[in-house]
Amino acid sequence: MTLTAPETSTRAAPAVPGRSRSTLARRLVPYGYLSPTVLLIVVLMVVPIVMVIGYSFRDNVIVQENSVFAGFANYTKVLTDESFLAALKNTGVFISVSTLAHLVLGLTFAMMLNSPLLGGVTKAIFRIVYILPWLFTIAVIAVIWRLLLDPAGVVNHVLQTLGLIQEGVNWFSDPGMALWAVTFVNIWAGYPFFMISLLAALQGIPNDLYEAAAVDGTNWFQRFFHVTLPQLRPVIISMAVLDLIWTSHQFALIWMTTGGGPLNATEMLSTFTYKQAFSEYEFATASAAAVIVLLLTMVLAFFYVRSQRER
Amino acid sequence: MATVKTRRTLAKAGVVTGLVIGGLFAGLPVLWLLSTSFKSNGEVFQNPPSLITEGFSFDAYRAILGNAAQLRFFLNSYIVAFAVTILTLLVAVLAGYAFSRFTFPFKKTINAMIVSVQAVPPITLVIPYFGLIVALGLYDTYLGLILTHMVFTLPYAIIMVTAYLNTLPRELDESVKVDGGSSWTALWRILVPTAVPGLIAVGVYTFMISWNEYLFALTLTRTDEMRTVPIGIQLLMGQHSYEWNQMMAMSVLGSIPVLLLFLFFQRRFIGGLTAGAVKA
Repeated sequence: MTLTAPETSTRAAPAVPGRSRSTLARRLVPYGYLSPTVLLIVVLMVVPIVMVIGYSFRDNVIVQENSVFAGFANYTKVLTDESFLAALKNTGVFISVSTLAHLVLGLTFAMMLNSPLLGGVTKAIFRIVYILPWLFTIAVIAVIWRLLLDPAGVVNHVLQTLGLIQEGVNWFSDPGMALWAVTFVNIWAGYPFFMISLLAALQGIPNDLYEAAAVDGTNWFQRFFHVTLPQLRPVIISMAVLDLIWTSHQFALIWMTTGGGPLNATEMLSTFTYKQAFSEYEFATASAAAVIVLLLTMVLAFFYVRSQRER
Repeated sequence: MATVKTRRTLAKAGVVTGLVIGGLFAGLPVLWLLSTSFKSNGEVFQNPPSLITEGFSFDAYRAILGNAAQLRFFLNSYIVAFAVTILTLLVAVLAGYAFSRFTFPFKKTINAMIVSVQAVPPITLVIPYFGLIVALGLYDTYLGLILTHMVFTLPYAIIMVTAYLNTLPRELDESVKVDGGSSWTALWRILVPTAVPGLIAVGVYTFMISWNEYLFALTLTRTDEMRTVPIGIQLLMGQHSYEWNQMMAMSVLGSIPVLLLFLFFQRRFIGGLTAGAVKA
């Protein structure tokens, strides 16, 4: 979804003459409307973040009653953990390759769906087909691809028939393949949102820009690089940063296909943190990892906000 | 003239070929999911693979629908997703109204906070949520899931509702106030009924997010009485020694609500979804 703040109207409501209500009461009205939201955000975001930061500086949290102050010990432990460093590297590869592929596929598909050469019905049918992967929950996507990528599955069968591989590859448990396998599945699952947004943006490009370019005798490539891409640039930049953030949140797909294995090959920051908390019951270490993940996300969010300002 | 026409035909053939290749990439895995759900478990990995096998039957669906434990997952998902949708819409309408129609101190700060919620990693929240939910006695309850799902649904719902209300003319609610009505009356008598198309889009997306949520459902529930469909699908993976056809049947059944909602409200939905994201 969108992180874009809608332009909030700044026009003040005209004063209604003859109101008996006090100005103070009227000034409080908008806060009244916002109170459920603010309450929920405090309970669901502010308090939990303060709690997790608190946990990360203590030891024996949640599972034991008397926790003790531990300073930066949990952070040192996490940052020197080989699994964490592997998770950091894997997450970097996973989110950057996914985002780049989402952009390329999303833009290609959006441009084909926007082609003036095709009829409306053809476009409508293909649009639904192209959105399909986005309509399935990650749990379903995980089982679909476990079926397809099984050593005896249909993907291996096709590759063997084409002579590309000799015997069935176990994509999710081969240490050299697993990271690429989960990245591929994530690419399949995530491009539609990019595509929908870019399609809407393409339809928003004024036609006279293309007409003017055509009058100048430009070819397709020139129009693509000098009209289409510059016009899409703001949408592409903010979608890309958003996608990096959201892909880094991905947990279910990894958890249900590889579980972070084999040998940390697909361990992500999310699965590492989850395991620390709910498999090892090391909630303090998990909290330190969770805070590091939050800080990394904030760096990305900073770039997002900046790209929004430029728009 | 002829060359221009030929070039157009060639270009069209190129685009159609591209579309078909992309369509196979997007659609074949889904087709295979559907096909496998109608196979007998012995035929799932038969060689050579085929879409429709001799053992074509609805047995896998019968097995899922005849199992009370599996049906419970569906019931749970519906209860949670409906409650989240209604609560989110209610809170978002109130907040969207404040953002759209009022100016007040700290408006930008509160707005920025709401926007920033969307960037907070769920994995960062799930640890304190676990502590909080256990402390509040909400572990393994609907309420625990409903509350926590709202952290995902509320921010975008507020943004979308605000954007939609901004498109409605102010004269609508001003007329109510001129007649002596309060802002509350203006909201519920005039604005909400007018905003129904926008609210539907928000509601559909809210339902989808809640229906699909995995991490919180995994950590904040424990018993099969409280598990939702995504967790149910995962449990099927460990429980039976890979009843692939049943896993696929459950996946199809679990995807139907979202697919139907999407097909029914496609236009409104895509319009509402992109309204905020694309607006430059």
